[in-house]
Amino acid sequence: MNLDWIKKITIAASLIVASGLPGAVAEATTVTLLNVSYDPTRELYQSENTAFAKYWQKQTGQTVQISQSHGGSGKQARAVIEGLDADVVTLALAYDIDAISDSKLLPANWQTRLANNSTPYTSTIVFVVRKGNPKKIKGWEDIVKPGVSVITPNPKTSGGARWNYLAAWGYKQKQSGSAVQAKTFIKALYKNVPVLDTGARGSTLTFAQRGLGDVLLAWENEAHLILKEFGSDKFEIVAPAVSILAEPPVAIVDKNVARHGTRKVAEAYLNFLYTPQAQEIIAQNSYRPRNPATLKKYAANFPNIKLFTLNEVFGNWRTAQKTHFNDGGVFDQIYLP
Amino acid sequence: MTLFQKKRRNILPGFGLSMGYTVFYLSAIVIVPLSMIFFNTIPMGWEPFIHAVTAPRVLASYRLSFSTALFAALFDGGVGLLTAWVLVRYRFPGRQFLDALVDLPFALPTAVAGICFATLYSPVGWLGETLTKWNIEIINTPTGIVVALIFIGFPFVVRTIQPVLEEVEQEIEEAAQCLGATRWQTFRKILLPHLFPALLTGSTLAFARGIGEYGSVIFIAGNLPMKTEIAPLMIMSKLDQFDYAGASAVALVLLVISFSMLLLLNAVQEWQQKEYR
Repeated sequence: MNLDWIKKITIAASLIVASGLPGAVAEATTVTLLNVSYDPTRELYQSENTAFAKYWQKQTGQTVQISQSHGGSGKQARAVIEGLDADVVTLALAYDIDAISDSKLLPANWQTRLANNSTPYTSTIVFVVRKGNPKKIKGWEDIVKPGVSVITPNPKTSGGARWNYLAAWGYKQKQSGSAVQAKTFIKALYKNVPVLDTGARGSTLTFAQRGLGDVLLAWENEAHLILKEFGSDKFEIVAPAVSILAEPPVAIVDKNVARHGTRKVAEAYLNFLYTPQAQEIIAQNSYRPRNPATLKKYAANFPNIKLFTLNEVFGNWRTAQKTHFNDGGVFDQIYLP
Repeated sequence: MTLFQKKRRNILPGFGLSMGYTVFYLSAIVIVPLSMIFFNTIPMGWEPFIHAVTAPRVLASYRLSFSTALFAALFDGGVGLLTAWVLVRYRFPGRQFLDALVDLPFALPTAVAGICFATLYSPVGWLGETLTKWNIEIINTPTGIVVALIFIGFPFVVRTIQPVLEEVEQEIEEAAQCLGATRWQTFRKILLPHLFPALLTGSTLAFARGIGEYGSVIFIAGNLPMKTEIAPLMIMSKLDQFDYAGASAVALVLLVISFSMLLLLNAVQEWQQKEYR
């Protein structure tokens, strides 16, 4: 891969984005931010950005314009490493921001800088099945049964897919107390997977539009979106008794905000996500809010699932990535003959 | 004795200048970017390199990429020849429309093609529904990859054969038939030698394009490790692990194999041309 080339293109592209915003240079009272995020947060950040712009105007009199960039979480992290001028990153998993911190754009302890592991919203992994639940899928054990076809993306290329995998592994390890059994379980699970799309949206289309599979493993917010987009008369959500607490973290890219002089507004932007107003928007977009009062208000949308954290079962993201998803890891092993 | 025994006069003057430009542009556009792959791989060291490119999954992906591209190119060769023939030799209403249609795979974003195929051949799709009844699986199998690559490579073959076929004088064929040649003999002895270089070039282009094709294939391939993972996907998934060196290594091997094959085919072509001139 020609890194220099990509770097130049991304810088050029971000310059074009920045210069295309009216008055960005002329007026000192206008400030611009670039939020580099992952795929399914489009709708969420559209609403949050409008709300924050109003809030910031009221607080400081400054106009803030926030550009969004969306794509697969790993690819977005790579773009930032290679020079995409993000002020803040809001990605699918901590490992991707760890990778950015490896290139010294932000300090290694970035995740301790904001409350709740720097995740103002969480989600979990649930099942989407066809209406009437013809295969009688209730929990994790049902999806490894022979004859059940499971749709989930490729953990090598999709952040969501890694959460799916870790949810299944964590369930079995907690239930049986044994990593060996968890591995057997994962092997049986992926035996039921007929196609590994490269991203979570790809899997959604495979399941909902192309009619493949009996059950789709999906982010809770994505599951709600499927019901909304494709009709709740065609699909239903099944919440397993146990699942993983998926924490998509947010962070300021220190080097970039220092260069742009946008640290103050970038910090305010991320802190804003924790306010009751922003938490409300989060809940409306089917992400689980951190604020207990907001969560209570929207409790009907979020079934009671026993959630375990990644750190509880896997230590941390770096270890999980290395053991399970890097080349030669457990995921590779289960496909070898 | 001088180096150039006789100075040949060219229509375009200034060999030095034009050669300079050629070398410069080829360097800027092809050699420098591609050499980055090489330089990215060097820091890796020999052993990790071998380890990266001989992993069972990687080997399986090379096999799949080259074999599906080859099948698709062979198919395109046959159907492309036929299409070019129809478009050149017959005049019929709607010919120009068909002619324009041939270029569509060039213009269409390949991802769009991939999504169309995946939808069409899915178990609930138009074609997929019938095929499923007959137990024929296209989507998420190597066959699906070949289908996508046939689509992508098709215009290369048609567009390289067309101008050559237009050049062939029909009188020669008529002469052959007057001399008592059968249709098959006319085709084999008169037409094919003329068309073969173009056919080979077109199929080679389709083949080369097929090896690197990513956008359309990932939607229809299923991407199962060891079974339907193409080599470009291996590169992408290594990049997603931030394994730049590993990705470059896989790319380098892909590049070297492709380039050797293209060189070989060029040599075959030259030899073939000499044979018939």
